[in-house]
Amino acid sequence: MLKSIFHSQVSLGLAQAAIASVLALLVVLLARRRNIHLESDAAIALVRGIVQIVVVGSILMLLLKGPRWTSVFLLAGMIIAAGSISAKRAKNVPGAWKVSTCSIAAGAGLVTAVMTWAGVIDTAITSLIPVGSMIIANAMNTNGLALNRFRSEVLSHSGEIETALALGAAPDKTIASYTEASIHSSLIPAIDNLRSLGIVWIPGLMTGMLIAGVDPLYAAIYQFVVIAMILASSGLTSLLSTTMIRAHIFSPAEQLLLKESA
Amino acid sequence: MNDVPDAVVLRTEHLGRRVGEQWIVNDVSLSVNRGELLGLVGVSGSGKSSLLRLLNRLDEPTSGTVFLEGQDYREIPPRTLRQRLGMVTQRPFLFPGDIASNLRFGPTQRDATLTDAEIAELLQHVGLPDFAARNVANLSGGEQQRVSLARSLANRPEIMLLDEPTSALDQQAKTGIEELVRNLVDEDRFTMVLVTHDRDQARRICDRVGLIEAGRLVQLGTPAEVLHA
Repeated sequence: MLKSIFHSQVSLGLAQAAIASVLALLVVLLARRRNIHLESDAAIALVRGIVQIVVVGSILMLLLKGPRWTSVFLLAGMIIAAGSISAKRAKNVPGAWKVSTCSIAAGAGLVTAVMTWAGVIDTAITSLIPVGSMIIANAMNTNGLALNRFRSEVLSHSGEIETALALGAAPDKTIASYTEASIHSSLIPAIDNLRSLGIVWIPGLMTGMLIAGVDPLYAAIYQFVVIAMILASSGLTSLLSTTMIRAHIFSPAEQLLLKESA
Repeated sequence: MNDVPDAVVLRTEHLGRRVGEQWIVNDVSLSVNRGELLGLVGVSGSGKSSLLRLLNRLDEPTSGTVFLEGQDYREIPPRTLRQRLGMVTQRPFLFPGDIASNLRFGPTQRDATLTDAEIAELLQHVGLPDFAARNVANLSGGEQQRVSLARSLANRPEIMLLDEPTSALDQQAKTGIEELVRNLVDEDRFTMVLVTHDRDQARRICDRVGLIEAGRLVQLGTPAEVLHA
């Protein structure tokens, strides 16, 4: 229907974006009827999302004409932004931004670098940027989930943690089970994505490759490769962030700093 | 460690802690003698529990310091300090599992072992004979607090810090814990600091009492001197 009304791709895209946004806003209104207020979060996220992706699309248009090394700077910018966004899921956790940025940089950066070096990811900007961004975005989500869960676990078990400290336990030991729970829960989406691949969902990358005329079997295998890379980078990010954050929630005198009043 | 009675084992010197703009513990200087039960009494929010948390360095003082056996406690590694200063809190926060594993927790942290016989002896001491294999989920409030005491004792502390250990208990359990605490002081020569809002309790079991108001130690003496009203 839209295609008969909008003849240019840009106007068609904007109309499609408007319809998708209306649908999302309807869900927000539905939630509001149950006293769940997502209005401002959802509205800001929708506006940010469209502006950001259009800006990135425009930058990509320019970059595609530039040298390959420029993609490194774009990926670095994405990592810094991802660190800032996911650190907000760890409200009041000391050092959350630094930990998030370093963990995502190490987790997503290492996997992207190794896979590019091995030739799994093509160095062409059209390949490196989309695949790299998928890896970074998923590392960001995992990091946010891990730190958010870690924060909740520590806050709700501060009594147990301080009891263990009072009995002479090392700080790491007092939070070991909460760290483990945080890593586990943060990786559930990545593991479920891998489990449901091809059955519940056919990811966009594979769809794009199919549209571009790539052999469907190769597109399917490559999609698995990307999801497996996402699991690897997410796992590494989660492990790193929950390890690094431990140094920030205890003082040098082994006192718990992250408390409800903090 | 010498065993001279009435020797000072713990001393605070101008101890204070500020949170934001407020001093929750303010310039407290006091001494605790070996083998005595010192009560810290005050209304809710007066800063007595905050003072207790400074004694085993669960919180960092903003001013002043604490001396344990004459040594500035900042020179003692925190884990060693906390092993030497056992703590029992209002809520016992027992770890999931059986009682024996709770008692073994402290010694395990310093690679020490607690034998079954030692566990049985500790439990006998706190009035819970043959309880070692019981799951902590099936204990009453009073029993949980006794396990909490035994867990601290298993760490072989020199001083015990008790933070309102009976405030969540019924009268019968409360009396039982009071007797147990007093016996530990009288028979085992334990040194204890008890935080309580219950002036009658302090009068019943403490050797000396410090009155805490707005974070300050306003009076220190025998229960009769301090709690005469």
